Amino acid sequence: MTAGPDRGKDSGTGPGKGAGPGAGPRRTAWMSRERLLQIRTAVVLPIVAVLLAVVVGSLFIYAADLIANKGALDLGKPLSAYAALVKGSVLGFSPIVTTLVAATPLVFGGLAVALGFKAGLFNIGVQGQLLMGVLGSVAVGVALADQPVFVAVPLAFLAGTLAGAAMGFVPGFLKAVSGAHEVVTTIMLNYVALNILAAFVAGPLRVPKAPAPVTFEVGHAALPIFLGKTGHVGILIAVLLVVVVWWLLYRTTLGFEIRTAGANPDAARYAGMRPRRLIMLTMTMSGALAGMAGAGELLGVTHQTQTSFATSVGFDAIAVALLARSNPIAIIPAAILFGAMRAGAGQMQIEARTPRELVDVLQAVILLVLVVLPVIARALGGRGARVVPEEAQTITKSYASESVPS
Amino acid sequence: MDTFLYSLPIIGLLFQVVGYLIAIIPTSAPIILRAATPLGFGALCGVVCERSGIVNIGIEGTMLTAAFTGWVVAIAAVAVLGPMGPGPLGVTPALIIGLVAALLSAVGVSLLHAWLSISLRTDQIISGTIINIAAFGITGYLNNVISAASPTSAGQFGKITPPAELTTLPVVGWLFTTILNQGPITISLLVCAVVLQVLLFRSRWGLRTRAVGEHPKAAETVGIDVIRLRYRNVLIGGVFAGLGGAFLSMELSNSFQAGGTAGRGFIALAAMIVGRWTPLGALGAALLFSLFLTIGQTIGFDPPTGQLGDVVAALPTQVFTALPYIVTIIVLAGLIGRSTPPAADGRPYEREATA
Repeated sequence: MTAGPDRGKDSGTGPGKGAGPGAGPRRTAWMSRERLLQIRTAVVLPIVAVLLAVVVGSLFIYAADLIANKGALDLGKPLSAYAALVKGSVLGFSPIVTTLVAATPLVFGGLAVALGFKAGLFNIGVQGQLLMGVLGSVAVGVALADQPVFVAVPLAFLAGTLAGAAMGFVPGFLKAVSGAHEVVTTIMLNYVALNILAAFVAGPLRVPKAPAPVTFEVGHAALPIFLGKTGHVGILIAVLLVVVVWWLLYRTTLGFEIRTAGANPDAARYAGMRPRRLIMLTMTMSGALAGMAGAGELLGVTHQTQTSFATSVGFDAIAVALLARSNPIAIIPAAILFGAMRAGAGQMQIEARTPRELVDVLQAVILLVLVVLPVIARALGGRGARVVPEEAQTITKSYASESVPS
Repeated sequence: MDTFLYSLPIIGLLFQVVGYLIAIIPTSAPIILRAATPLGFGALCGVVCERSGIVNIGIEGTMLTAAFTGWVVAIAAVAVLGPMGPGPLGVTPALIIGLVAALLSAVGVSLLHAWLSISLRTDQIISGTIINIAAFGITGYLNNVISAASPTSAGQFGKITPPAELTTLPVVGWLFTTILNQGPITISLLVCAVVLQVLLFRSRWGLRTRAVGEHPKAAETVGIDVIRLRYRNVLIGGVFAGLGGAFLSMELSNSFQAGGTAGRGFIALAAMIVGRWTPLGALGAALLFSLFLTIGQTIGFDPPTGQLGDVVAALPTQVFTALPYIVTIIVLAGLIGRSTPPAADGRPYEREATA
C-alpha cells in the first residue's frame, strides 16, 4: 500500500543489473530461467510482505483505537492512518524530500549490515558505530564551524567515518584474535558507544552554561542543502557509496575474497585467503559505513547533539539489509520503503492519533513474512528461493565457537 | 590531569579498590542478587536451548514480551476482578494471573523461535534477531497505546522477611539477608539454577539434551527424537526467560518501560558463555556482571573516599554506567578460547529420512 509498487519495480532492475548473490563477476546469461525466478522472488516477495504487514498493522490500529475510545470501534481507522502515512511520505515534493532524507542513513546502515552479511559477519553494532560517527563529526564540525565550507564539510564527514570505522574495528579485532562472536560484542559496544557519546557531550563538547548538556552547532560544517528545504548532499553521498560497495564486492579481488569467505569459509581458507585479516577489514569498512550514517545525520539534519542521539537507524538497517537480500543496489528501494514509513509516521501520529511505533510493528511483520514465506512456499512444493542471504547462513556457524583459524 | 593520574601509586589504589568492594558488598549484596535475577534467568534459558543445539539470540525479546504481558495482564485482571487486598508477600490474584500470562507469552515467543529454527531451519541468529526487533516494536507500540490511558499498576511481588535470628548472626548474617530477604522470583532463580544443574548432569533428560547438542545424529540412532527434544528445550528456556522478564515489571518495579530490558538478554548470553554452558556457572557469571552493574550505580551515591575517590570523581559518570558492558566484552574476549560450546550448537538438524 505505502510505497509497494515503486519498490517492486526498482528492486527488479537491481538483481538484473548487478550480479546475483553468489554469482561470479562474469556471468552474463542474465535472462536465464533461474535469473527470472530470482527476479520474481526479489520483486513479488517484498510486495507480499508489505501487503501482509499492512493487514496485520490494521489489527494493531484497531487495537489502539479500541483502547483509546473505550470500546467504540471506528472501522475506517486503518484507512485514515495509512492515508496520513502516505500523505506524510510521498504525496508532494516536500514529503518526498523528507522520505529521501530519512532513507539516507538507512542506505549507509543497510550497506554496513549487508557488507557484513556478505562476509558471513553479523554487524548488529551499526547503532553504536553510528553514534561514534555522530561524535566524530560533531567534535570536528564544531571545531571547524568557522572555516570555509569546502574544508569543514569533508573533514567533519571524514572524522565521523573514521570514528565509526574505529568502533567497527574493535569487534572485528576481538573476533579475529579471540573468537569472541561479533553478535555479542557489537551489542555490548552499542551500550558502550551510548555512554561515550554522553560523556563527551556532557564533558568537553558541552556548551558552557547551557541548562542541559548540548553541543554547539556545526556551522559551516553542515552538509549543504541541494533539494527543497532539507535535502542535504548526504543523499548523493549515499547513492555514491552504493556504487562503491557494489564495485568493491563484485569487481575487486577483495570483494571476491569477502564473498568467498562468507559463502564458504573453508574454501576461502584452502584458497589461501586470510580469514582473520578479512574479518578485521570487513568489520572496519562496515563500521565506516555506519559512521557515515551518523555523520550524515548530524551534519545534514540535527547539526548538534544532546547526550542521547535518538535514532532507530541501527536496527532499521538490519531490516533494510535483509529486505534487500544484501544486494547493494537493492538497498536503495528497501531504504526508501523504510524511510518513507519513518517520514510519514509523524503525520500519522498527528492526524490519525496512531502511535508512530506502528512503523516498528510493520517492519517486524515484513521481516517475519520475508523469512517464513519462502520456506512455506518451498514446503508446499513451490520453488521459492531463499530470502535470507546465503552468506548469512554462515553467521550462526561461527557463533561463540570455533576460534577463527589463521 | 594525566600526569596527576599517572603519579598515583597504582598498588595503593588497588588496595583501595579492594577495600571499597569489601565495604560495599555486604550492604549491596541484596541489590547485586536482584540485578542478577534477569541475567541469571536469561542465561538459564540460553543454557537449556544451546545444550540441545539451538542458539537463542532472542532472549532479550522474549524477556521484553514477558515483562510487558505480565504487566498488562495484571492491570487488566485488576480491572476485571476489582482491586483486592494483598496477601502475604504482596501477592494478589491479579499478579498471579499476570505472572502466568507472562510465562505463557514467553513460551509463545519461544515456540516461534523453535518453529523458525528447528522446523523451518532458518538461520538461528536471524530468527532471534527478528524476534528481538518484533518484540521491541510491538511492546513499544502497545505500551504507548496503553500508557495513554494511564492505567493503575497492579502492584508488585513483595519481599520475604527472614527470621531475625538468622539475619542478625555475626559475620554471615548479611548472607541470609541477601538470599532470603528477596521476592519470590529472585529466590526461585537460585533454586532453578541448582535444580537445573543437577538435572542437566544427572538425569535422563540431561543426558539426552547434551547428546543432542553434541551429536544429534548419534542421538537419533539410539532412538532419541532430536526435533522433539529441541522443541521441548526451547520452550522450557522460554519459561526461564519469562521469569526473567516478569521479574522486571512485577518484582523489581511495578511498571513497564519501552525497551526496558536494556540489553540484559544479551548480557545473559555472555554470562552463559562465561559460565561455560552450565547452570551454576551461568549464575556465577550473572552475579559477576551484576556486581559491576551495581558498582556502577553505587559509586554515584556512595562514592569511595581518599585517592580512589579523587580518581572516581575525575572520571565521567558514564564510565561506570558502561562498566558492566565493558567487563562483559573483556571477559568474553579473554575466556572464549577456553570455553567450548556444544558441538552441534546452531546447526539445524535434518532427519535422514525426510531429506
